[in-house]
Amino acid sequence: MCQAGEDYAGPAQREPPPVPRPSREQKCVKCAEGLPVVVIRAGDAFCRDCFKAFYVHKFRAMLGKNRVIFPGEKVLLSWSGGPSSSSMVWQVLEGLSQDSAKRLRFVPGVIYVDEGAACGQSLEDRVKTLAEVKRILGNTGFPFHVVALEEVFSLPPSVLRRASQEPAGTEEAYKAAVDSFLQQQHVLGTEACASPAQGQGQLRPSHSQEPSGTVGHPKDAQTEALSRLFKSIKTLTAKEELLQTLRTHLTVHVARSHGYRKVMTGESCTRLAIKLMTNLAMGRGAFLAWDTGFSDERHGDVVLVRPMRDHTLKEVAFYNRLFGVPSVFTPAIDTKAPEKASIHRLMEAFILKLQTLFPSTVSTVYRTSEKLVKAPREGCATGPSGPNCLLCMCALDVDNADSATAFGAQSSSHLSQMLTAEAGTPTRPCCGAGEGQTQSCHRAVGRREDAWACIIEQLCYSCRVNMKDLPSLDPLPPYVLTEAQLRSQRGSVSEEIQEYLIEEEEEEDRAEPCEAMKQEAEDKGIGL
Amino acid sequence: MPAPTCFSCHKARAALRRPRSGQALCGPCFCAAFEAEVLRTVLAGHLLPQGAVVAVGASGGKDSTVLAHVLRELAPRLGITLHLVAVDEGIGGYRDAALEAVRSQAARWELPLTIVAYEDLFGGWTMDAVARSTAGSGRSRSCCTFCGVLRRRALEEGARLVGATHIVTGHNADDMAETVLMNFLRGDAGRLARGGVLGSTGEGCALPRCRPLQFASQKEVVLYAHFRHLRYFSEECVYAPEAFRGHARDLLKLLEAARPSAVLDLVHSAERLALAPAAKPPPPGTCSRCGALASNKLCQACALLDGLNRGLPRLAIGKGRRVLQVEPPPLGNPSRVTSDPVALPEPCTCKQSKDESNPCGNGGDRAGATCVSKSDLSPVAE
Ligand SMILES: [Zn+2]
Ligand SMILES: [Zn+2]
Ligand SMILES: [Zn+2]
Ligand SMILES: [Zn+2]
Ligand SMILES: [Zn+2]
Repeated sequence: MCQAGEDYAGPAQREPPPVPRPSREQKCVKCAEGLPVVVIRAGDAFCRDCFKAFYVHKFRAMLGKNRVIFPGEKVLLSWSGGPSSSSMVWQVLEGLSQDSAKRLRFVPGVIYVDEGAACGQSLEDRVKTLAEVKRILGNTGFPFHVVALEEVFSLPPSVLRRASQEPAGTEEAYKAAVDSFLQQQHVLGTEACASPAQGQGQLRPSHSQEPSGTVGHPKDAQTEALSRLFKSIKTLTAKEELLQTLRTHLTVHVARSHGYRKVMTGESCTRLAIKLMTNLAMGRGAFLAWDTGFSDERHGDVVLVRPMRDHTLKEVAFYNRLFGVPSVFTPAIDTKAPEKASIHRLMEAFILKLQTLFPSTVSTVYRTSEKLVKAPREGCATGPSGPNCLLCMCALDVDNADSATAFGAQSSSHLSQMLTAEAGTPTRPCCGAGEGQTQSCHRAVGRREDAWACIIEQLCYSCRVNMKDLPSLDPLPPYVLTEAQLRSQRGSVSEEIQEYLIEEEEEEDRAEPCEAMKQEAEDKGIGL
Repeated sequence: MPAPTCFSCHKARAALRRPRSGQALCGPCFCAAFEAEVLRTVLAGHLLPQGAVVAVGASGGKDSTVLAHVLRELAPRLGITLHLVAVDEGIGGYRDAALEAVRSQAARWELPLTIVAYEDLFGGWTMDAVARSTAGSGRSRSCCTFCGVLRRRALEEGARLVGATHIVTGHNADDMAETVLMNFLRGDAGRLARGGVLGSTGEGCALPRCRPLQFASQKEVVLYAHFRHLRYFSEECVYAPEAFRGHARDLLKLLEAARPSAVLDLVHSAERLALAPAAKPPPPGTCSRCGALASNKLCQACALLDGLNRGLPRLAIGKGRRVLQVEPPPLGNPSRVTSDPVALPEPCTCKQSKDESNPCGNGGDRAGATCVSKSDLSPVAE
């Protein structure tokens, strides 16, 4: 773009050394008394107590400002064992032990997803890690769910559907919830879900027909299937993405089964800046506000929330060290990989390096991300009326194949040629935008390359790019394949009867347009 | 191992693999495919209607060279007339060589060429003079910014001069990808909101502009030039690049190595970014001096020239967007300034602002101008 009028963000002010050599005269900038132990930004030296107050305040302020966590609500803390999410669990723990005025008023539980099988961890190491995980979680006193990623092989297809949610989130609803909380809190307090992983309780019967994912060890066959799936993926980038996708599905499922309305994840501001740039580079421009914003409502009834988004990694590291917050090291999927092996890795390295040159890098990216909105761009073909991506569940952001866009440019030439080249047979577009093609797809379901095309067409731009790195979609967990088939059947059935249907005027609730339209889209099978 | 047969004609030996798809093609089939894709962009985007008189911003660099060549091939089918417009920024001596390249292209392809000079358009200001006047202001890096603003204006004037109805520039997919990365890194929400489009329809009295190569990767542009034996200058600007552009460029290289589609994936992201209304620029008005689109009283070019003439270039271009008090136009009173390349600040590695047209300048004696560099080409597949 034209660069006129730009200004440079980068006066090369060097980052201050992490811990100041506390000169005798220097005092805490807050209380002007305490010995500074932490320097956050240039010149801001905090003593231990003031740093703690600052850190806790940020967490509380983030929740207070956004007001999405209702009093008495069950909140599932997604804990990876890493520093940020550990710090988050700790914040909640401390928040609940406060005196009544400052006390956090939600009911927490913790989920830990054991990804050992996807990351190539040995069974022995997994057992060791899990012992440590359970020890730490046991000490929190919170109910917890330790779930193996293998459980995705028992997920129901419904996890991929956006569940409706009664209108909430308004100021009145919030106040009403506060009132009812004050009356009910004792009841809720005793009803808090016990932890099956600890063997302290049973699942409530209403949940038992769905695989709960919280019981027992993964079956060997599932462990094998999971590692086969991940080994088959050609790039580390796509592996990382699929891992995140499956983890989210599993977490949302556990949340639903146990009545949690919110899931908190511990991404720091540094992590979110990296994620934003990573997702940008993976073609997720349309979804950045969902992927990195404070709250993420794409699943409908279960809302993901990111309360640590104001904390930098550095602050987290200081806090955890100063206050002895326990964390567990687990190998990540890319732990042994070289820096340039995936978009995630290289973006992380790039941003962290740039941050040392320009200390404002992370905050600049973060602030810019806050100006993004959760709506399709003006004039973009896809509105909320379209179906959602089978995998990431965002509204499909693909254009017509004949449009003058990056998508159109690829679908007209490279994609079709590549399909042909890889499948070895001429492939016609399947259930595409074109009229009359759905039929051929319907007939051909079951034929491998057509099934492949049917799934691809239910994906957003970015998920399509990722799935190209899977030589075969067969090893995907059954719930994904089943839901894909259900959707495409719904699509073709409704196409067959479309002309006989009398359309009703849209009289849907305006407050929830996405939900209404989505339902409508499902009914009509638009674009499936 | 012998080269595979061409995937398209199944006859000739393949001479390259397309960077994104990995498809093995012979030279002629690749060039045909490349041209077909540009045609597709122009048609799908309704960029150039039948009968359009198209001013091609020509710099002698690879992007504009390839663009001019491809459009010349497509002109009969599109029913358009081409006119090359080159801008002489007035950068010490070197620019003559680049302009010579444009002249020989024009002669070889039998296309009309018009050269417009900053010096004539902007009351005697050459880019070198601008650089000297901003040197020491601690903002010598802004040269590229100034240059981009002025070139945009110069191209517009040149296009009008030749009676053009449309302007095309050689920006490719890499340029847009780089720009979206850079705008996030420096937090430019306004540009993110405006970016991601193929061209502008020509608001105000400006001519419609577009970028027919927007979905073509830089690698393929270089490959096309190679197989069509096009000669161009790989130019490096003598003026220092904008702070983050170099970083964004490095990053893009890494991303593309990790995932060949990364450049287009970024373009897709740029097309789809949705920003809060507050981040969008206010509805533009028109410049009180020249009538061009402007968000302030003066358009960027007029504000810049105004500042230069008053010895206050920073006022004109800073982020503060201070509204300048308009004084009687100082234009038309050319104070000739002799150029002095020795006084130039740091050498530049950027091919710059790309915003409109070509590399910001060129590559002075230090950077040196060379013809097609082999190292740019992707290895031919075996
Ligand atoms: Zn203090
Ligand atoms: Zn998706
Ligand atoms: Zn061929
Ligand atoms: Zn430059
Ligand atoms: Zn003006």
